[in-house]
Amino acid sequence: MATARKIKFRTREKDGGVEVVAQISPHPMEPGTRVDPKTKQKIPAHFIREITLEHNGKIVATMLSSGAVSADPLLRFRLKNAKKGDKVKLSWSDNKGESGSGETTVDF
Amino acid sequence: MTYSPRRTFLKGTVALSVAGLAATAGVLRAPTVLAAEYPTNAFVAKKIDDALKALYGSSQVANSDAIKVKAPPVAENGAVVPITVDTTLANVESIAILVDNNPMPLVTAVNISGADSYFSTFIKMAKTSDVHIVVKAGGKLYGAKATIKVTAGGCGG
Repeated sequence: MATARKIKFRTREKDGGVEVVAQISPHPMEPGTRVDPKTKQKIPAHFIREITLEHNGKIVATMLSSGAVSADPLLRFRLKNAKKGDKVKLSWSDNKGESGSGETTVDF
Repeated sequence: MTYSPRRTFLKGTVALSVAGLAATAGVLRAPTVLAAEYPTNAFVAKKIDDALKALYGSSQVANSDAIKVKAPPVAENGAVVPITVDTTLANVESIAILVDNNPMPLVTAVNISGADSYFSTFIKMAKTSDVHIVVKAGGKLYGAKATIKVTAGGCGG
């Protein structure tokens, strides 16, 4: 059964813009270099590679990531010219072909 | 030829690994909105200069006071080290985070296409290290760094 990975959002006014806090969880962000101490086998890589942030349908940031980002990645971006009611969408895909997305509305 | 359960298990494991490698190389990738390829060479580079050349085409970085790095001087858990970058440089195209003493220094690169030049996340650090922030702005590279002491390494060691 596939793991349900969710995205939690929070938006708030900060430093002249709107800060978008998003957490994709759970995701192991396994780098592929760790060795399981019990089995002595390498734990296969499983990490998010691309995350896109959209503001009102326009891609405003793209994060290219490795397994060196911490598990259950928590990200903060800041939008320019954002107002309450604006649509924010976060999409992600990982090295195993899994993907997901979530949307929120700017509110503070 | 008879198939033992062990032989089948090993075959299955090898098949999965090959698929994993192929996926990483971009052969079996999930559809993505990105036009550009995932810069694998930059992420597997063992030296910061090589990672920057693979990512941005250059490793010439000018120090800049316009890049603010917020990071703890001491990280108790190298698996979750908070890093925040904020820059007032104009025409920011990308922000990269690289850790000197990680086996593969490039952690992430955020390409900016409308958002503010600000980014924060948690990263893994193998041990005490300089963390370099490189910002591509107006076609040039600018940098700042923070030294973070790690008391418990974050790469599973």
